[in-house]
Amino acid sequence: MLREKITELKHQLIQDAGLVEDMISRSMRGLLEKNADMLYQVVKHQEPRVNAFDRSIDELCVETIARFEPVARDLRLVIMIIKMNKDLERMADHAVNISESGLYLIANPFIGSYSDLFKMGEEAVAMLKDAINAFVNEDVATAKSVRGRDNIVDEAGDVILKELTVVMRGKKDTIPRALALMRIAHNLERIADLSTNIAEEVVYIVEGRDIKHHKDEGPS
Amino acid sequence: MDSTGRIEVKDLNFYYGTHQALKNISITVEPHQVVAMIGPSGCGKSTLIRIFNRMNDLIPFTRVEGKVLVDGSDIYDKNTDVVSLRRKVGMVFQKSTPFPKSIYDNIAYGLRILGIKDRRILNETVEKCLKRAALWEEVKDSLGKSALSLSGGQQQRLCIARAIAIDPEIILMDEPCSALDPIATSRIEELIADLKDEYTIVIVTHNMQQAARVSERTAFLMHGQLIEYNKTTDFFTKPSNKITEDYITGRFG
Amino acid sequence: MKETVLKSFAATRRRREIWDKAMVTVLFLCAASVLFILFVILWHLIARGLSSLNPAFFTQLPKAVGEKGGGMANAIIGTFVLLILAVCVGVPLGLGAGVYLGEYAHHRFAQTVLFVTDVMNGIPSIVFGIFAYTICVLPMKAFSALSGGLALGFMMIPMITRTSEQFVKMVPNQLREAGLALGLPKWRVVTGIIVPSAIGGIMTGIMVALARVAGETAPLLFTAFGNLHYSQSLTQPISAIPLQIFNYAVSPYEDWHRQAWAGALVLIVMVFLINIWAQYFVYSRKRWSAGK
Repeated sequence: MLREKITELKHQLIQDAGLVEDMISRSMRGLLEKNADMLYQVVKHQEPRVNAFDRSIDELCVETIARFEPVARDLRLVIMIIKMNKDLERMADHAVNISESGLYLIANPFIGSYSDLFKMGEEAVAMLKDAINAFVNEDVATAKSVRGRDNIVDEAGDVILKELTVVMRGKKDTIPRALALMRIAHNLERIADLSTNIAEEVVYIVEGRDIKHHKDEGPS
Repeated sequence: MDSTGRIEVKDLNFYYGTHQALKNISITVEPHQVVAMIGPSGCGKSTLIRIFNRMNDLIPFTRVEGKVLVDGSDIYDKNTDVVSLRRKVGMVFQKSTPFPKSIYDNIAYGLRILGIKDRRILNETVEKCLKRAALWEEVKDSLGKSALSLSGGQQQRLCIARAIAIDPEIILMDEPCSALDPIATSRIEELIADLKDEYTIVIVTHNMQQAARVSERTAFLMHGQLIEYNKTTDFFTKPSNKITEDYITGRFG
Repeated sequence: MKETVLKSFAATRRRREIWDKAMVTVLFLCAASVLFILFVILWHLIARGLSSLNPAFFTQLPKAVGEKGGGMANAIIGTFVLLILAVCVGVPLGLGAGVYLGEYAHHRFAQTVLFVTDVMNGIPSIVFGIFAYTICVLPMKAFSALSGGLALGFMMIPMITRTSEQFVKMVPNQLREAGLALGLPKWRVVTGIIVPSAIGGIMTGIMVALARVAGETAPLLFTAFGNLHYSQSLTQPISAIPLQIFNYAVSPYEDWHRQAWAGALVLIVMVFLINIWAQYFVYSRKRWSAGK
């Protein structure tokens, strides 16, 4: 019946989120530790698993709506799970992008310490983690706190961009590596955006209120 | 889990006098499945399940062609004992049908006729069945009260308890919730979900959403023909027949 | 169009109201006269019979003409004996036939039985007496309580058959199916489910039949015959209240007339009590069913 389907949906989504979180962390750690295996794993093994979750959650949502006609909070939950599923699938794609850039970067000497980038990555992962915790505990306060942190990541991204512009101006042969780093920063920004979306979706599930002021999601 | 409780229908035709109510039906119900039968009024869905326990025998001038196997044996064979068939294939009706007896005796009556006289065994079985039908907590202090004094939903659960008391393999339900309010209905639906581990359940319902909620497979009948028989999820998300799609989306009927 | 209709309605309003009142009054008077007739009879009985009612009436045997006192103890007991015998004959046969007709009415044979019971219902009660006389009194060469009970029992049969048949037919078919679907044999469904469901109506039918035969005189005239003493055995003549009333009423003695009135009063009270008991039985079953 409906309760079991919803439990199953939540369960799958949480597993999916855990996997995506792991992919993002690994893509960053792989770069930090210059561990190509770790990065390959993200691309070759973890991404297909997220895709499988994506399909199965979608199907389960369709089945739940068709068979059990959820209403009110249950309806909001199922609809938001459809969105969160999409968000997570995108995040997994971003993690793959990061890993691919990482594979290029670790094959070449580093330019600089990348420490800002790692901090940015940690913050993005923390945002996702908090958003999912807010989902699990239906905790609106945590969900709302995630939204504010989007700016921190964006600003860190801007700083990295400026620094890299300076580096590129200095030495032309650093340009490909700098571009790869910029790409990583951009993907992290997108991950933070998507975490914000999840947090907003949690608020909608609990309160039935749309708190998105600006829905500026373009294609990444 | 045992594997008994299988229904297999092969090329079934059924006639009320000269009117053919079922046309060439072939359908298999696997053990421990919940199968829902839906379709517009007069499509033959009730007629079909009433064939499974030979309830249609009671109506004069009916004729059955084809084979209906329950656990592999042909129930329309002339050697079939209808009484023992009906003990194996229980039935719950649209209108709750408590006997004009106490709550206790409603369940114990069938058992006594089966030859169970031991008071202790009767007590245990009555309690077990009432618990199984999720009615025990509500009636345990008033087992001696008339069954007719229960609410509609309670009466229907009593009828289910009564049906499972004689330990059937298959339970047929003919629109069991059509006279009940939504709360009582959802209790019966939960009960169905709970019972399917032990019994094969075939439920006729005019409520499509109920079919969607409770069943694993859904059969759609129209004008006496089986239009589609499919996994319930597929049936309601991607039906394979255009007529099914039109029906469940409310384009006719 | 609408306005003309409204106008004509308004014009006829007064007439309509008068007619309505008149019709209601007529119906009320009909109902009131039913009550009135009943009360006149009762009043008559009480006025004439009550004075003769005393303990002796219930405990003593009739006395010869001219002797003071005496009662109808033998007739009262006799009526009870005859009614018990009648119930023993009439209820099993009538109920059995009624249930059969109700459950198997589509059989050809059932149609015949139904027709016969309708005919039997119209037979004058004295004919039942003649019948019992022929099959019981003649072979046994004696008037007897047995033959009287037989006559009354036969009279009850068509009445009980008809009412039980109707009440059995009124039991919803789903209940029958529910029983059969449980794998109960048909006879178990009938005896354990159908008859108990219809028992209220069936009991009422039996009581009505009983009340009717309790007051019968004609069939007893040449079966139970009457007895001025206590009957010692079922093969002896036996007295009954209606018989005693009849004998006293046609006599020329004032004393006996008074006794007859008292007997009639006792009889009517008995019938009344039987009816109340039947109503109570049905009522208490209903109460139980409703969970009170």
